[in-house]
Amino acid sequence: MQIQGPVQNQLMQPSDGQVYSPSIPGSYSQQPPAKIPSHPSSGQYNYSGSQNVSQLNSYQGPGQTLNRPPVAPFSGSPVQQTGPVPQVLLPALQNSAVSSAPSFPPGASPPVHSNWQYSQSPMSQPVGSQTSHLTHVTRTGSAQPPLSLSGDTNPPGSYQYAASPGGPPIQNSYMKPGSVPPPVTQPLTPLHPPSRPPLGPPPVGGPPLIRPSALTAGQPNAQSLLNSAANQEGDATSAASDGSAVQNSYDAIEGGGLMATPHPSPAPPNLKVNRSVGCGYPTLPPGYQNTSPPGAPGMQASALQYPDGSKHFHQPALGTNHLTTAMGNLSLQQEGLRPVNLLQERNILPTTLLKAPVPNLHEDIQKLNCNPELFRCTLTNIPQTQALLNKAKLPLGLLLHPFKDLSQLPVVTSSTIVRCRSCRTYINPFVSFLDQRRWKCNLCYRVNDVPEEFMYNPVTRVYGEPYKRPEVQNATIEFMAPSEYMLRPPQPPVYLFVFDVSHNAIETGYLNTVCQTLLDNLDLLPGNTRTKIGFITFDSTIHFYSLQEGLSQPQMLIVSDIEDVFIPMPENLLVNLNENKELIQDLLKSLPQLFTKSLETQSALGPALQAAFKLMSPTGGRISVFQTQLPSVGMGALKSREEPNQRATAKDIHLTPSTDFYKKLALDCSGQQVAVDLFLLSGQYSDLASLGCISRYSAGSVYYYQSYHQKHNPVQVEKLQKELKRYLTRKIGFEAVMRIRCTKGLSIHTFHGNFFVRSTDLLSLPNVNPDAGYAVQMSVEESLTDMQVVSFQSALLYTSSKGERRIRVHTMCLPVVTTLSDVYLGADVQAITGLLANMAVDRSVSATLSDARDALVNAVIDSLSAYRSSVLSIQQPGLMAPYSLRLFPLYVLALLKQKAFQTGTNARLDDRIFTMCQVKNQPLVYLMLMTHPSLYRVDNLTDEGALNVNDRTIPQPPILQLSVEKLSRDGAYLMDAGSVMFLWIGKNCGQSFISQVLGVPNYGSIPQNMTHLPELETAESIRTIAFISWLREQRPFFPILYIIKDDSPLKPSFLQNMIEDRTESALSYYEFLLHIQQQVNK
Amino acid sequence: SVVFIFSLIDCCALIFLSVYFIITLSDLECDYINARSCCSKLNKWVVPEVIGHAIVTVLMLISLHWFIFLLNLPVATWNIYRYIMVPSGNMGVFDPTEIHNRGQLKSHMKEAMIKLGFHLLCFFMYLYSMILALIND
Repeated sequence: MQIQGPVQNQLMQPSDGQVYSPSIPGSYSQQPPAKIPSHPSSGQYNYSGSQNVSQLNSYQGPGQTLNRPPVAPFSGSPVQQTGPVPQVLLPALQNSAVSSAPSFPPGASPPVHSNWQYSQSPMSQPVGSQTSHLTHVTRTGSAQPPLSLSGDTNPPGSYQYAASPGGPPIQNSYMKPGSVPPPVTQPLTPLHPPSRPPLGPPPVGGPPLIRPSALTAGQPNAQSLLNSAANQEGDATSAASDGSAVQNSYDAIEGGGLMATPHPSPAPPNLKVNRSVGCGYPTLPPGYQNTSPPGAPGMQASALQYPDGSKHFHQPALGTNHLTTAMGNLSLQQEGLRPVNLLQERNILPTTLLKAPVPNLHEDIQKLNCNPELFRCTLTNIPQTQALLNKAKLPLGLLLHPFKDLSQLPVVTSSTIVRCRSCRTYINPFVSFLDQRRWKCNLCYRVNDVPEEFMYNPVTRVYGEPYKRPEVQNATIEFMAPSEYMLRPPQPPVYLFVFDVSHNAIETGYLNTVCQTLLDNLDLLPGNTRTKIGFITFDSTIHFYSLQEGLSQPQMLIVSDIEDVFIPMPENLLVNLNENKELIQDLLKSLPQLFTKSLETQSALGPALQAAFKLMSPTGGRISVFQTQLPSVGMGALKSREEPNQRATAKDIHLTPSTDFYKKLALDCSGQQVAVDLFLLSGQYSDLASLGCISRYSAGSVYYYQSYHQKHNPVQVEKLQKELKRYLTRKIGFEAVMRIRCTKGLSIHTFHGNFFVRSTDLLSLPNVNPDAGYAVQMSVEESLTDMQVVSFQSALLYTSSKGERRIRVHTMCLPVVTTLSDVYLGADVQAITGLLANMAVDRSVSATLSDARDALVNAVIDSLSAYRSSVLSIQQPGLMAPYSLRLFPLYVLALLKQKAFQTGTNARLDDRIFTMCQVKNQPLVYLMLMTHPSLYRVDNLTDEGALNVNDRTIPQPPILQLSVEKLSRDGAYLMDAGSVMFLWIGKNCGQSFISQVLGVPNYGSIPQNMTHLPELETAESIRTIAFISWLREQRPFFPILYIIKDDSPLKPSFLQNMIEDRTESALSYYEFLLHIQQQVNK
Repeated sequence: SVVFIFSLIDCCALIFLSVYFIITLSDLECDYINARSCCSKLNKWVVPEVIGHAIVTVLMLISLHWFIFLLNLPVATWNIYRYIMVPSGNMGVFDPTEIHNRGQLKSHMKEAMIKLGFHLLCFFMYLYSMILALIND
């Protein structure tokens, strides 16, 4: 769909540019007011922040500015919305106004104005009603000067969208990561068209009005505000046009009756608009409109989208939302309410990846809502009272991935960040504006003043439309923090590497890999000219390396007093990376050879960490520790606790740390803004339960490479290389804190993830990385009576590697419900599983593993029996589950069979604990893949239903159930388990697949340790590789592909993921269901 | 009566300690101090509390005041149990990394309140017993 959009646009635009201005005014007047009330105003305007950018581009030519309007009416596809909102009209207006306003409704009507060259094009557009979102393409994001819509001449430079957040610190800009600088505007604009609402009512005379306002107001504050305005201009304007214009038009036409909206406030803005209109820039508005739609939120489906209407409208919308949603989603709800008999329906696994449920909100609001990948709630319908929550027997919690790499993110630079004065909530799309000067916090309901500066919208350069500011149009936004948000000047990026160089470590040969990878990526470390780097190695003593400028080679300083560690020299141990690059490279080249003769077997990890901490504490930063064995001397020495014979019993396994040394040290580190990342490459037991604390409480991450060996285990070597590369080059935030706020009445009582909870809701994150996920559990403290929606906001304050202080804010809004069936209807089974896994990890540490397993099973039993007894009116035989929870038993069974929670002898203690660390620290998407991998058959890939991305055809084979029953010996199957992939080749697999994809003559000659597919010129090979690389591209790390056949040593790990099958110690899916049924029916 | 005079003093100390616990915990609740410093403050006083209470309990046993002994026994046992059962990886009874989780803060608070009530009750009981003992002398 997207594609189409752009094309159209392009066509249109050129023409538009010329004609518009003159013609437009005329057109408006002509347009029949035939507004169709029903139009969904919001429908398709997805103005995502990203979109904005594109829009801007479209505007490119200031000279042209006027032109735009004609292009495309807002994409606002009214189609779906039944919404009472009057706004609808606007879209229509826009469309019609511009291109063929009159024509719209019928679609056939000839364009009123002859001027419009486009007229034809518009017609075509209606087709793709809603596609607009998809069009990412637009995001070139370069900062185009906001159009001169206003007639201002903006220096193009000033408004920039920075390409990447991390990028150059352009203050003004809204930075969109990933945006392409080139202002290829035109293509972008096209996007809207697709969205075009087929319905499009004829435009009301009003529409043009909007534009003018922008023009007039624009200049005053322009500079002060973020330049970001540029991108948003498009949005804002468009939004404005929708909202304000619409209203006006309606009002005019219908006497305003249309809007059910109670808000009186909107009116003023409208008025203004109108005036402006009068000014005679009528043409402009359309242009904006057009622009805005394109901004398709490519990346974030709905999260970024702008609501078309001003806030005011939304609010009313909220009130009505139930109604509308009810109507709109009727079919959906019914589907959702349908109980599923799990025992009878065998094929409940969807063939595509499960999507997060969409909260039952009015479309206008939902469009603004946060992307579920960033912020997800276990219950998308929040129960009104704790009693109701208890009845549902489902956990209430949030899963966050706040620092995820985003391809587009609006960035705001502003001297004042508008926040609620009592609860300090950042202004967000879900606040309500009482009038232009006051807004009501959606978390604590305090009424706040709108600061003067906020009245000016840098995007549209319009004064008096605070509700169109980017802050109010984006659920995910980043602020450049002024100095009040700093306790000290932003720290430089500091990286310290601590290497174990005992005999055991040298044996594994890991230093070669690590040093080489580090050498290769030295220039890619996130940082700026202030970046500092240092190295420490240790065995039973600690070695420091002086990298003083002027030295011909690095100088090693040995500290053998490990009881009372001291730093041998105050300077030159941490040195500036850029100024001393050669010396550092020398060191990295010589390090692997330096200790080859070492016979020292002891490991003084504790003292080495203390030394590292002392070295880092003045600045803060990141310590990366590589350890290969159990620390044996000095502080923090540990004893082996693993008893292989007892692995089988779930009791008495040592999941708790044996000492508080690492925890204390981690808290010290946390206090000094130091995070410790642990790479454990060990063949024997290393007590990860104790060691892991160092990372867990300092917000680091843990990597574990079991039995790492340079020669004997090449697969682990490659894994280390890939993961280390990602680790070194990914984005990083320093000295971060995160706060999660929620609407009054809800309270967060438990936190999961790697951090230290410094005070009730403040998480201290010395480092934050894009691969970390967090979870929290909540309870309903006071019942949420009289509330229709609740909101959650996470704010992450961090210092970027460029030394800027930034705040990334995500806001999510969810409806409140009063009945149990609604609660079940909105259950998000993946989020519930993720949260339960986190809770189970806590449970196994604080109690025992078997307790945790029981708790998991009970979670299923309790929720299904509550559903059976309270929601189902007719008692049917079988195991009934709400549609939303149909996969719940399957996922819980998968958890029980996962390494972290499985019983049986095959899980080593460190392995188990590492998996637990992953459960705690991974974002939900990857956790789900790890728990319940996706299985595809790949020997018969076809292009049917394939995706087209960037000219590549990516086949989309259906996901199969994880059962050996689904495997055929004639096939080849790909299992995607997140961090690893298995390609299982059946014994009788087609010869063509083996030769054309694997590049070997027959089954027997498939090598034992094959981890790469050769790139062959055959269609099969191209398809398979396209599919696998597409899967890989969607995640930040690099999953290794193991190609296995029947006699491969890895076959057990492959079969272990066959969750629906029975294993020696665990039930099959069907048996598990029977067990649940028995308990439920008791 | 010497026994009661001592108990009375000891009880006063325990009351103050309970109040201190409550104040510190509520400071934490209100974000006036951070978890780390709160817990290190409180952990320092856990052992004195255990000892203080154990002394009174033993004293009552020795002086054969059975009723008061039995009254004190459960609380003393709980104190000791709680102290012994701290997992090896935790930093004392109050662990800064867990105090905000699973409503631990609230349960600590509740516990401190109950102890305060209990000590107040004991205080008056000792006071009464002491006066009684002094009069009898």
